[in-house]
Amino acid sequence: MGNLTIEYKLNISIVLLLLAIPAIALMLDEPFYITLATKVVILALAGVGLNLALGLGGLISFGHAAFFGIGGYIAGILASHSLNAELMFTLAGTEFDGTTNMLVIWPLALLVSALVAVFIGYFSLRTKGVYFIMITLAFAQMIYYFAIAWPAYGGEDGLSIYVRNQFMGLNTLDPMIFYGICFTLLMSVLLLVSKLKNSHFGSALQAARQNEQRLAAVGIRPFGIKLTAFVISAMITALAGALFADLNRFVSPDMLSWHTSGEIMIFVILGGVGRLFGPVVGAGLFILFEYYLGGLTEHWALFLGLVLLAVVLFARGGLVGLIAGEVKHD
Amino acid sequence: MTDSILKITDLQKSFGMLKATDDLSLDLRAGEIHAVIGPNGAGKSTLIKQICGELAPDSGSVEFLGKEITALDVAARARLGLGRTFQVSSLAMEYSALRNVMLAVQSVQGSSFKFFKSLAADQPLRDTAMHCLTEVGLERRADICAAQLSHGERRQLEIAVVLALQPKAFLLDEPMAGMGAQGSQRLTGFLDQLRQRAPILMVEHDMDAVFSLADRISVLVYGKIIMTGTVDQVRSDARVREAYLGEE
Repeated sequence: MGNLTIEYKLNISIVLLLLAIPAIALMLDEPFYITLATKVVILALAGVGLNLALGLGGLISFGHAAFFGIGGYIAGILASHSLNAELMFTLAGTEFDGTTNMLVIWPLALLVSALVAVFIGYFSLRTKGVYFIMITLAFAQMIYYFAIAWPAYGGEDGLSIYVRNQFMGLNTLDPMIFYGICFTLLMSVLLLVSKLKNSHFGSALQAARQNEQRLAAVGIRPFGIKLTAFVISAMITALAGALFADLNRFVSPDMLSWHTSGEIMIFVILGGVGRLFGPVVGAGLFILFEYYLGGLTEHWALFLGLVLLAVVLFARGGLVGLIAGEVKHD
Repeated sequence: MTDSILKITDLQKSFGMLKATDDLSLDLRAGEIHAVIGPNGAGKSTLIKQICGELAPDSGSVEFLGKEITALDVAARARLGLGRTFQVSSLAMEYSALRNVMLAVQSVQGSSFKFFKSLAADQPLRDTAMHCLTEVGLERRADICAAQLSHGERRQLEIAVVLALQPKAFLLDEPMAGMGAQGSQRLTGFLDQLRQRAPILMVEHDMDAVFSLADRISVLVYGKIIMTGTVDQVRSDARVREAYLGEE
């Protein structure tokens, strides 16, 4: 129990730190820090999504960029139609317009990513180990090349969103307000994932990672459990993608590329695979490296690589594991 | 006494040229312990795998409670009430003994798609699981994770898990393996009681256990059952002595 308490304290500290960042940024007169923190929060959310599949279910998806990008493109495409006052499409005589309302964009991003994840998961989850890694990568790359080849939405050049999308009449272009929206979403999803982890479903999912044969022998079909987890995981990452598009006011095929899949995986591994706040710590560290070391040398990724190597070799539980000790199941 | 709970008819399975299961028929009747014995490589494990659904037979059928289950997967057969244990313990190693049993209880309840209800706070589920652990004498090791249990304790835990499934038939793959003299004796006593809940089909090498427990014994040699009979019949059969007990 002692270890659990340390992790709990660590999690609370991270939440408090994230809450304090806007105030710190104002005090230091560095409003850019708020944007940086927003980036951390959004990337952390993408990592929280992957962590559900990777950490709890042992599903090493190397294709989560697909969902991140789908979320981004849905935000971008809907906004571009709305801002250009162009019709999206006509279906059975009904005309569909774009929208800049986040409350429409988010559910649509969740829905589309869920459908794509059902499709990808249905085929990928029949394989294991390296084959699963490769097939998820292949699916994501297919979507990446599709986006590049699709001229209607910018192709290789990407798609700009002139104004940030709307949320209940708030001024989302105010960094503080947009940070608040992203932070609230991250906290809600973390709460949801912690519930999920401790639920009946979470127990079956973690058993699937440990021993599928055992799970099947008690009468629970591992495939259904893993597919469900994969879909929820994809939806969370897609939500992060939609926010990321809004943060940059720009979507490009980069969001779909395998580099992005790799980065999301790095957040999870750096912070701690299967740990609730692992991706938050991982994304924070990643952005700190990118910003500070990136300012000193363009080879900052080399140092990140060394840290990653050290974590994999000496601290399997990531930074959270290093501080809070190994995971204990009751 | 003659109604079959589990009925295997004309089962065939080949691996290349090797006939691992050769036109095999077998049944398990209510209230009995039916032991399958045979020398190494006789096809006992292959048979168990086909009964529990891990391996699909080339032809033939498996019927359980009057229902054809040949096309069902492992999980579906388990839910119908076919409770199996493994020759080499197969558990969720990071989970405590109790959590391993709770997994079986939640499967029986059909609650694996509850996303928000806390498992730890599900007291009735815990109590049911604890009861199963107590039955096999593991209640004091409930919080120990499976990886840290001794070999014998893991075997006990497997039994506790299978009890939690409330099966209509037990399928035990070498339950005595590596149990030691004392452990085997205790387990023999336990299985003797267990037959009152559901019939047991077991594959076993420990002849003392087989002869003291089994109502019927089938002798498997090169994928074929060469005879099925009572303990005395099997003991006195010349073919069995030749194929299996000959060296004694």
